[in-house]
Amino acid sequence: MDISLQYCNVTVNDVDESIPFYEALGLKVLNDVSSGEFRWVTLGSDTQPGLGVVVSVPHAGRSQADGDTLQELLTKGVLPFLVFSSSDVDATFENLRAFGAEVLQEPIDQGWGPRDCAFRDPSGNTVRIAQAA
Amino acid sequence: MTPEELATLADLRRARDLIDREYAKPLDVPTMAARALMSPAHFSRRFRAVYGETPYSYLMTRRIERAMALLRAGTSVTDACMEVGCTSLGSFSSRFSEIVGESPTAYRAREHVAVKAMPPYVAKMRTRPTRSSRIEEAPRPAAP
Repeated sequence: MDISLQYCNVTVNDVDESIPFYEALGLKVLNDVSSGEFRWVTLGSDTQPGLGVVVSVPHAGRSQADGDTLQELLTKGVLPFLVFSSSDVDATFENLRAFGAEVLQEPIDQGWGPRDCAFRDPSGNTVRIAQAA
Repeated sequence: MTPEELATLADLRRARDLIDREYAKPLDVPTMAARALMSPAHFSRRFRAVYGETPYSYLMTRRIERAMALLRAGTSVTDACMEVGCTSLGSFSSRFSEIVGESPTAYRAREHVAVKAMPPYVAKMRTRPTRSSRIEEAPRPAAP
C-alpha cells in the first residue's frame, strides 16, 4: 500500500493577497473553487505533481467563533509552520525578498542540519525553505 | 475581528519577529514599540495581553534559549552571556537560573544528550545509520 500527502490546507487572511507570495515561492495556481462567499485556491509545483497546497480564509467552512479564533492565531503568527525544500535556497530567498516578503531569517547553515531561510507569508504564516539534500 | 484589530495584531507579530531576529543586539522596549507603531506603555500592555508575557520577558526567554544552545556547545558562560546580547553577567545568571532551574555554570558542566536538543525530524535525519558507520558483525566463533 502506497500512501502520500495529496492536499495541504493553508489558512490565509486574504486569498488574492496570498497568491503572489506563493507564486514568488515557485508554486502556480492549479484550481480555484468557490462556494458561497468563500474560495479554495489550489497551488502546486511540477516537481511534486501529486501535492496541492490549498489556501482559504479562516471563516471558510467554519463558525464565526472558530473562524475568529483561527484568524487571531494566524495573525499573531503562532500557527504551525510550513517547510518547503528548494534545489537552490539562496535563489528562492532572493525571489521572495525581491517580491517584498517579510524576512524572518536570511539563509544560514544550521549547526544541526541543512542551510535554510524563513519568511512570513502576507497573513502571518511562517514559511521555512530548506536546501534540498 | 475588525480590520483595525487585525492590523494591530500583525504589528505586534512584527515586533515579536524583530525580537526573534535581533535578540543579540541591544534591543530596548521603545525600539520594539516603534516596530509595532505604538507607544512603549501601550505596546507592553498589548504584547502581554496577546502573547502572555511582557516584551522584555519574551526577549530574555529568547536570549536564555540561545545561551543554552551555546553552553551545550561548550561556549564559556561569559561569552554566551555576551553573545546573546546580555551585558550584565549577574542578571544573565539569575534570569538563566530562574528559567532553566539551574545556574549557567551547572548547566554547561552537565552532560547533554545532543539528540534531545535537536528538533525530532532533524534528530531522525542526523542519527540515521549509514552503511559506512554500521558496526561490523563479529566473526562467528569456530565450533569447538
